Amino acid sequence: MAATTSLDHVVIRFAGDSGDGMQLTGDRFTAETAAMGNDLATLPNFPAEIRAPQGTLPGVSSFQLQFADHEVLTPGDSPDVLVAMNPAALKANLPDLPHGGTVIADSDSFSRRNLTKVGYVSSPLEDGSLESYRVHSVPLTSMTVTALAELGLGRKDAERSTNMFALGLLSWLYSRPTDGTRRFLGSKFAKRPEILAANLRALEAGWAFGETTETFAVRYEVAPAPSRSGTFRNVTGNTALALGLATAAHTSGLPLVLGSYPITPASDILHTLSGLKRYGVTTLQAEDEIAGIGAALGAAYGGALGVTTTSGPGLSLKGEMLGLAVMLELPLVLVDVQRGGPSTGLPTKTEQADLMQAMFGRHGEAPLPIVAASTPGDCFDAAVEAVRIAVTYMTPVILLSDGYLANGSEPWKVPDVASLPRLRTRFAVAADVPAQESFRPYSRNPGTLARPWAVPGTAGLEHRIGGLEKADGTGEISYDPDNHDRMVRLRAAKVDGVDVPDLDVDDPWSADPDGADLLVLGWGSTFGPISAAVRKARTGGSRVAQAHLRHMNPFPANTGDVLRAYPRVLVPEMNLGQLSLLLRARYLVDVISHTNVRGLPFSSHELVQAVDDAITHAPPRTTARRFGHVAGRTSQEAHA
Amino acid sequence: MSIELGLPTVGPGQGLRGVPTLSEGEALTRKQFVADNEVRWCPGCGDYAVLAAVQGFLPDLGLRRENIVFVSGIGCSSRFPYYLDTYGVHSIHGRAPTFATGLAVARPDLNVWVVTGDGDALSIGAGHLLHTLRRNLNVTILLFNNRIYGLTKGQYSPTSETGKVTKSTPAGSVDGPFNPVSLALGAEATFVARTLDSDRAHLTEVLRQAAEHRGSALVEIYQNCPIFNDGAFDVLKDRDESQARLVRLRAGEEVAFGGTDGDANVVVARGDGGGVEVVSRDVAAATGRSPVVHDPGTDDPSAQFALSRLDDTAMGHVPLGVFRSVQRPVYDDLVRSQVDAAVSAAGGPAQDADFTALLAGHDTWTVD
Repeated sequence: MAATTSLDHVVIRFAGDSGDGMQLTGDRFTAETAAMGNDLATLPNFPAEIRAPQGTLPGVSSFQLQFADHEVLTPGDSPDVLVAMNPAALKANLPDLPHGGTVIADSDSFSRRNLTKVGYVSSPLEDGSLESYRVHSVPLTSMTVTALAELGLGRKDAERSTNMFALGLLSWLYSRPTDGTRRFLGSKFAKRPEILAANLRALEAGWAFGETTETFAVRYEVAPAPSRSGTFRNVTGNTALALGLATAAHTSGLPLVLGSYPITPASDILHTLSGLKRYGVTTLQAEDEIAGIGAALGAAYGGALGVTTTSGPGLSLKGEMLGLAVMLELPLVLVDVQRGGPSTGLPTKTEQADLMQAMFGRHGEAPLPIVAASTPGDCFDAAVEAVRIAVTYMTPVILLSDGYLANGSEPWKVPDVASLPRLRTRFAVAADVPAQESFRPYSRNPGTLARPWAVPGTAGLEHRIGGLEKADGTGEISYDPDNHDRMVRLRAAKVDGVDVPDLDVDDPWSADPDGADLLVLGWGSTFGPISAAVRKARTGGSRVAQAHLRHMNPFPANTGDVLRAYPRVLVPEMNLGQLSLLLRARYLVDVISHTNVRGLPFSSHELVQAVDDAITHAPPRTTARRFGHVAGRTSQEAHA
Repeated sequence: MSIELGLPTVGPGQGLRGVPTLSEGEALTRKQFVADNEVRWCPGCGDYAVLAAVQGFLPDLGLRRENIVFVSGIGCSSRFPYYLDTYGVHSIHGRAPTFATGLAVARPDLNVWVVTGDGDALSIGAGHLLHTLRRNLNVTILLFNNRIYGLTKGQYSPTSETGKVTKSTPAGSVDGPFNPVSLALGAEATFVARTLDSDRAHLTEVLRQAAEHRGSALVEIYQNCPIFNDGAFDVLKDRDESQARLVRLRAGEEVAFGGTDGDANVVVARGDGGGVEVVSRDVAAATGRSPVVHDPGTDDPSAQFALSRLDDTAMGHVPLGVFRSVQRPVYDDLVRSQVDAAVSAAGGPAQDADFTALLAGHDTWTVD
């Protein structure tokens, strides 16, 4: 019987061939870990090819998760444990494993042929090159095949269950319950009893191997993380986003119509919504990106909540129709799950380089509100917020997610839908029009500047709208110079006037006369890595404040004040400094841009370094003004 | 894997099912469909005739005016919605069918029309047109074909004859043109017809049939552009010339035309195993070849396609009328029926508690 050691956190990376089922293994280990009550964060990382040539470096797929007995903000900078199903997986991932880390490798796959494919002259499991790591060389494949011998499967089919053997072993090693995985397999393979039996047998055999062998002297436990009370589930960003859209349609009393064309990494939103027909959700898989947004806008004209989902290349294609949506002033939500670009770029990797396209990627002056999600679970709230703005202000809204949020997961407190605020929507009726007057489709609500939503089928409000410039109020075609100038400014004023909450600053030094030395300002999916880095930097003695933007357009009203309140502002982004450019242009405040476009989220280590560098090397702006932050309100006083 | 959808198909003449009609004794007039806007087409444009025909015929449908929507793209013909006092959307170039798709799916109570031209529908928007026809969306598409780009001042279009000299092709265009009817039949459209701007009676009758068809109805309207392609269809309008060229298709009748009684020539199957050709009735009789009897209702579009091939840009023989009219399940009906079936199987629309359960999923844990 192995001794049990308690750990406060562990980072495990499962790595194998694209066909080895590493994403499934990672998902199941994550679900088991969530069920244990640990906090966690995940990072799936896989190639764009569905099945790259077997055993090669480009074909390596991995899944990393960090779980802990405390709050987890990132999937971890580097793994403590690397599970390598073949030599390619070892070679591709070993550089990330710190010395002293643990390798669990499937020794069966370290054949001469597989070694040669990735340029190993001798087997690293045997030639001593892994001496600085703790290596467990385990014949996972052959033990799986042996365990399944009685089932009468062919060798190839039996080998397919090796990932479940590995999952069983790791579940034993980290004391994870496997009931959920059994239930999952039971429903997944309900119609394939022989495959179900093989997977269950392999899972049990992996667990039993851990228990009986002396290979692993120590078994680990990670206690549950203290958590707010409530009901929790594990959720990916794409799932949370789809659920947020469906829920917001419900709370606004509108049927949801999604027009979408499949594109990585956004397709799962289409998949999820297409399964929600029972919730009144209609999905159309269009012939292309343009048709997707066209159908969504047509549905919006008819009084539905029109939504379209895509990634960068699709956002480019949808640009003209977005311009029409700006002109028609109809509510529409466009979800852009950003990926590495330009062009086809890195389809399965993350990036934040569509911000400028979201802001300005249309001809003419075509402003629209932009909302950015910050964590997988936050995708739900961000979707609800995007819908709120769209229907309140009669405008298209871009909701930015990215590949890291889309596929990454975290525990999420399940909201009670009955307690969510209802979004008020109202269709215009003939009685709104004063007697003896004709309907004015471009009249505006004085508070929001929104025009009426007059849907076909409403007697007395028959009218024509289109992409040509509108006369203010009447909506008739107008080429009048002054009218165009007025309409351009009205559309911009409507977007600028969108009610967004003030930027909240986490600043432990707000009451300290000397104040913080640095503000780190981020947006989108960098929230986790930035928060982890700020926490570490503070532990190291740095005086660092943190703020994170959800609303990219319009920016919160206090953004300029916040920027000016700190002697240095560091802006980390997974692009070449797009937010930095906007902030400098808008507020005439210099910021320190820290960027990285490797297709992977920032490591907190890198950001701690960036924080230290900024404080050490960047001279403070002497014009900085102290910033006091009280319950979301700002106050300022001259810097001492 | 594919599954049998098990969903209802539709019978003929149900194109307007679900659209609210006028009350007993209530009637609309042509004038009520005329919008205030000043019509801004060039004098002599064929679009005026089509607009007048549509304004004149819409009251006959007996529909509530507010439930009629015209959606257009970009081009001269796409200004059409501005001149009709119904709901209307002037969208962007080539994309009207996409907008109409979302609208028709979301609103079964609307009678949706798409107005487009040869550039809008067959060049920049060709993909959308084909997919709309393939899906069989319940929409009536009026394709104004003047074989030229009018609004951009006279470049050749995808239906211009090869060798067309225009501003952008001073040495003559080298592209081969589309035959819109052939294209629509190739996409397996369920209703395909062709008519002529100057033939008010024929135009009106074709539009009526198209409106009453459930599914995608494509009506190609040969339309004269007096500024950039004047007289393109004159041979079809001249009394003598047209007699030898216009082939009027009538369901269940022999395809015959020409001569003083319109019976001098017949269309017969070609001997070489494919297509049809025109021969004189005398030759047909002497060689024992039976005239083709037009059947727009066959599921297999081959015979209808063969008739469409009689026409080319030289307009030697131009079939007019309804090439094809068949029933096939309609896209928006199917989309809605899947949602409706799921909602009714679950016992009605989802409530707050159903959504809370949806958000929770199957794998939750609770912290006290």
